[in-house]
Amino acid sequence: MTTLNSRVPEGPIKDKWTTYKDKIDLVNPANKRNIDIIVVGTGLAGGSAAATLAELGYNVKAFAYQDSPRRAHSIAAQGGINASKNYMGDGDSNYRLFYDTVKGGDYRSREANVHRLAEVSGNIIDQCVAQGVPFARDYGGLLDNRSFGGVLVSRTFYAKGQTGQQLLLGAYSAMNRQIARGKIEMFNRHEMLDVVKVDGKARGIIARDLVTGKLERHSAHAVVIATGGYGNVYYLSTNAMGSNATAAWKIHKKGAYFANPCYTQIHPTCIPRSGDYQSKLTLMSESLRNDGRIWVPAKIEDAKAIQQGKLKPNDIAEENRDYYLERRYPAFGNLVPRDVASRAAKERCDAGYGVNATGEAVYLDFAAAFERYGKEQAKIHGISNPSKEKIIELGQAIIESKYGNLFQMYEKIIDENPYKTPMMIYPATHYTMGGVWVDYNLMTTVPGLYCIGEANFSDHGANRLGASALMQGLADGYFVLPYTIGDYLSDDIRTGAISTNSPEFDEVEKSVQEQLEFFINNKGTHSVDYFHKKLGKVMWDKVGMARNEKQLKEAIKEIQGIREDFWKNVKVPGDLNELNAELEKAGRVADFLELGELFAKDALNREESCGGHFRDEHVTEDGEAKRDDKNFAYVAAWEYTGKPSEAILHKEELEFKDIELKTRSYK
Amino acid sequence: MNLTLKIWRQKGPEDKGGMVTYKVTDISEHMSFLEMMDVLNESLVAKDEEPVAFDHDCREGICGMCSLHINGESHGPDKGITTCQLHMRMFKDGETITIEPWRANAFPVIKDLIVDRMAFERIQQAGGFISVNTSGNTQDANAIPISKHSADLSMDAASCIGCGACVATCKNSSAMLFVAAKVSQFALLPQGKIEAADRVKNMVTQMDLEGFGNCTNTGACEVECPKGISIENIARMNREYLRATL
Repeated sequence: MTTLNSRVPEGPIKDKWTTYKDKIDLVNPANKRNIDIIVVGTGLAGGSAAATLAELGYNVKAFAYQDSPRRAHSIAAQGGINASKNYMGDGDSNYRLFYDTVKGGDYRSREANVHRLAEVSGNIIDQCVAQGVPFARDYGGLLDNRSFGGVLVSRTFYAKGQTGQQLLLGAYSAMNRQIARGKIEMFNRHEMLDVVKVDGKARGIIARDLVTGKLERHSAHAVVIATGGYGNVYYLSTNAMGSNATAAWKIHKKGAYFANPCYTQIHPTCIPRSGDYQSKLTLMSESLRNDGRIWVPAKIEDAKAIQQGKLKPNDIAEENRDYYLERRYPAFGNLVPRDVASRAAKERCDAGYGVNATGEAVYLDFAAAFERYGKEQAKIHGISNPSKEKIIELGQAIIESKYGNLFQMYEKIIDENPYKTPMMIYPATHYTMGGVWVDYNLMTTVPGLYCIGEANFSDHGANRLGASALMQGLADGYFVLPYTIGDYLSDDIRTGAISTNSPEFDEVEKSVQEQLEFFINNKGTHSVDYFHKKLGKVMWDKVGMARNEKQLKEAIKEIQGIREDFWKNVKVPGDLNELNAELEKAGRVADFLELGELFAKDALNREESCGGHFRDEHVTEDGEAKRDDKNFAYVAAWEYTGKPSEAILHKEELEFKDIELKTRSYK
Repeated sequence: MNLTLKIWRQKGPEDKGGMVTYKVTDISEHMSFLEMMDVLNESLVAKDEEPVAFDHDCREGICGMCSLHINGESHGPDKGITTCQLHMRMFKDGETITIEPWRANAFPVIKDLIVDRMAFERIQQAGGFISVNTSGNTQDANAIPISKHSADLSMDAASCIGCGACVATCKNSSAMLFVAAKVSQFALLPQGKIEAADRVKNMVTQMDLEGFGNCTNTGACEVECPKGISIENIARMNREYLRATL
């Protein structure tokens, strides 16, 4: 086991980034024209990076598996983006954003990276407004902010409930400008299937044209991976159907260390599963917890009756309801951070108090908010002695103006009117804090290979705060990578074009081709989804919201078994050289089957509870997560050696010079 | 419920293609339409037949990937939704459902229900942006106040997901609603006004080059748009275009 060098610059934390930028090596504009960069993935991180690198003068090749960069899953982010602008004058600052993010991450992120993120956060908003992103504004014409879980200021900028969409369209428009200038060559409907290394450096990729099925060789002086998280290892998640870990996993197998895979965010407010046919889960914005109260029946017999359809939620009297978050966490109540809210829901449902047929749902009830807003409105409109119905009507109008689209979405999916009966929610896999290990420059352990956005591990520690994913993706792509990559490429100005006619490209293409041919020729007995669902069930049951040694060991064995079965019995219809969705899925699931095992191994190694990682063995007397800073204040970065079970652990010790390590308390 | 599906199958761009009939059984009314398609595809894989190719990704109505023409309507019989948000409770047991790809000359079929929407990409590349460097060294975000009204209208236009339902439903295969949404988003903001004239001319020129038809004010696009983009945007684009060309 070695210690990893994070290459964090010396000096006081608030000056690190500025001083570093002043001293970094640059590539002059004429030389940039001779340097090629590959960017894989075109969400917020990849899209903004591709646009900015092209703008600087590099030749960029960008790859997306969808038919347009605009469709990357960043588009689905609803709530907003954080920035320490302090426009509200409520005491926000770079330091406070930095502090909140490190604390929210349960002290498992790298301080210097998080501070840099806070420093550039304001610039992101300036940039997006200049690009024409229509953020919400107040009546004076200035930008509006809202508040999110786990913080005490309002620093979240938003564009209705479609902030991710608008930010992605901003980055996409910047890309389009560069595509039109010929500085970005865009490869839509292409999937990267492996990285090519020459003399130890990343020098290109093998990609498959998903329409023709042909393999292609692409070379470059540096490769940037921006392919998002691995939440679909659970089969069901809020990720898009195509979201996958293949690029990240393939580079891991070629030498990039994979860090903290066990840190996964299970989002508390998702629409519950309704049946085995379920293909994905839908998130409802966290902002709903501002006005909704979460409860389950206090009596087990009431819960059973509801599960059997004999009672309705409105039949349960107020005194027979258990508002368990308000009961357990009086200070933060329904607004505790995501990991805490999710585990509390699971605890009640495991105890038998769940409220739908599957027993895996809790209520999110707006009745109190209807009444509160209704009374306020009656006063504003000078209605004396309003009837109860009038109050509810007035209150519902306010809730509709705030969350109308979410209520409508819920009704479309569940077929129940949430104005009349409480919503049902349940936690679902949403975001992965773990990912490819990168240093301060966002470079992996392979020279010339970079990883940005959700795909890397660096900024969110063991738990991500709401509205921080968009911030990190754009910070990495617009303002961090374009500087740091120059430091590496300054040594490459005399290299010239990289040939794809080399033994290295031959070898990687051959291995990719062999795997594809294997799938088509295997003629097994079960579809790809059959194996993916089996993996997802093991991951959810044994490596989900709460984990313990016994179950993790079982999970590792079971995943190995599923993997063996997969390679024997998977069935992929169709041909190689055509559009073949089953073939695409097969490669992705093959990688999830390996990643899932490393995930469980990492969870087994981390003998503490922190953020999204909760070990049953490590709890305080009142059932809360118990961190172990003495033994586990490190990043676990795994080196691939042939099998996930034989991965070697490398540690990056986390230093907290500017923030004191404390137990998170939201009570 | 049990259903009969009539689905457009086409091996590739050169293939002639045709409708093929399938049966699906035990479909839950709580399934989404695409989950019903998953059930069909799983059954086809089990029988060693090739599954039906269709575009989909986020399955929550925002990526704009899904694109089915169901019983003659873009995104099927419900309003204000994409195909992935359509649920089987909108159909009756025993019903026959016809499923086709988007039909437009500018959207050639790639395979089965998947069409090529690169024409939309080229229109955006012709001018769907503000020419600002991505350096972050712009002015402060609050330096130019923008009226809430304009910002809200701009946001409404910007909520277009680029799915192409407007084109597929239009009898002229016109892309006016799509182009107008982008033109409007920028034209309504001070940042977008600088290049407004060139933008509208370049985007409209590209739209015509791609072979989309013209607008005859039928309004079907607005009805079928999953995001409720208003045809007022087309009127605004026409005004912008007139101003730019006079």
